[in-house]
Amino acid sequence: MIDASSVVKSFGPRTILRGIDLRVETGETLVIIGGSGCGKSTFLKCVIGLHAPDSGVITVDGMDITKLKTEAEIANYRRRFGYLFQEGALFDSLTVAENITFGLRYLTDIPTSKYGQIASDSLALVGLKDVEDFKPSELSGGMKKRVALARAIAAQPSYILYDEPTTGLDPIMSDVINDLILDLQKQLKITSIVVTHDMRSAYKVGSRIAMFHEGRVLQVAHPDIIRITDNPYVRQFVDGLSQGPIKMKLKEFDAEESAGSRKEKA
Amino acid sequence: MEAFFGAFGRSLLAASEEAGQFTFLIRSTLLWMVRAKIEWKQTLIQMGRIGVESLPVTAMTAFFTGMVLALQTGATSKHFFNVPLFVGTVVSFSIVMELGPVMTAIVVSGRAGAAIAAELGTMKVTEQIDALYTLGTDPVRYLIIPRLLALLMVLPLLTVASDFTGIIGGLFVARVKYDIPSIVYWHDIVDNMEVRHFVHGFLKTYIFAFVIAMVSCFRGITTRGGAEGVGKSTTAAVVMSMVLVLVLDYFATALLNAMGIT
Repeated sequence: MIDASSVVKSFGPRTILRGIDLRVETGETLVIIGGSGCGKSTFLKCVIGLHAPDSGVITVDGMDITKLKTEAEIANYRRRFGYLFQEGALFDSLTVAENITFGLRYLTDIPTSKYGQIASDSLALVGLKDVEDFKPSELSGGMKKRVALARAIAAQPSYILYDEPTTGLDPIMSDVINDLILDLQKQLKITSIVVTHDMRSAYKVGSRIAMFHEGRVLQVAHPDIIRITDNPYVRQFVDGLSQGPIKMKLKEFDAEESAGSRKEKA
Repeated sequence: MEAFFGAFGRSLLAASEEAGQFTFLIRSTLLWMVRAKIEWKQTLIQMGRIGVESLPVTAMTAFFTGMVLALQTGATSKHFFNVPLFVGTVVSFSIVMELGPVMTAIVVSGRAGAAIAAELGTMKVTEQIDALYTLGTDPVRYLIIPRLLALLMVLPLLTVASDFTGIIGGLFVARVKYDIPSIVYWHDIVDNMEVRHFVHGFLKTYIFAFVIAMVSCFRGITTRGGAEGVGKSTTAAVVMSMVLVLVLDYFATALLNAMGIT
């Protein structure tokens, strides 16, 4: 179980997360939706320990990443996670098989003689075969996402964090990736957090959906509840409308700014 | 006026922050070198890329540097004494103590330093460095230490090769242009040069290797802002490495002289 409480994160003067409270139950797929820059990916990176929260606590199975001291403790924490990056983040200089088994050296005690089999098995789980010796530059966008997913599951994590898994893919390939996420959840019983702004994907893979806005959680609910929500922010986002409170606020800000600049000129 | 001091203060703060980050990276690199297993496979790959692939260009640079030194020395001594004197001595001292280490370091800054900054910068903007963390290793251990070790091992060797080819370049001009017999040229060298002169130049290469590796890696892993950011980091890595090589050359020479290695 992942439990986040009052998580705040800033980069310089910009506060990205303004007190996130969120719980991800074991076995569920929590989808986080929200506009660009609302803190979805930052939250994901705080969970895995890439960013340290300024305040607040994130515990995973009772462990708080900020309190881990030794390398063994940190490795034990990271071993629980697979992370699918938005663009895959495959290592250009390594082959597909080397990419998939890269983490095994540092996260597990599995002997290197078994790496070949693990690479093939992981690729089979994401519907690929005979690509072990390819370099990432020789793969299509969809294949890169699948290989990145194979790398994320190779060390048999308990949690997978997906950062915009369908971004940049055509609708059919997006749906294939959604099916893969569901398949992996069923086969491996993995707990997942999926960050996306693709509502088709959110409705399809999510056990629950959480809406982030300006670094806060606006609503967390079952996808069927989100479909009929009367929260105007969530409603506007899920319907993909340009008119609504999110846009209105931007307009008010613009209006204030332009009024301010007119006053300065005067 | 307020705007000027504001901008000055902000740039001072940014420079201080960068200096702090750079110092922290050096500390972190030294700590990881002590406490973690060295990635020897990566180190060997980098030695090949930095060393073998840089050899032709460093050797050619040194060869022509030796040639031009011989040409100038011969012309000057002919002007004053009517005969080209001590061509071998001037070429060898200049090459072995100064120009060999410095020219090699500058060529390697331009070639390998740029490649390191561009590669790490691209890895940074495509989240490959974050991926290293999530896969259980640290970028310092996997990326920076192999490049630092490779440069520390390869730059001294490249410099020795440059010293040799520079002296051969000088010999070529001495023979062809001034008809100085080879035996005279070599005697000019061995009669005047001692091991400590070679050591003087050789020791400096370790300082240059450290600077080039750390500056290039630092610029690479602190890259921001996509392709444009990678370009800026690469340029900054090369310029900063070259300037630091020249600045530190003075202080290293002063230190070695004070220690009697001269």
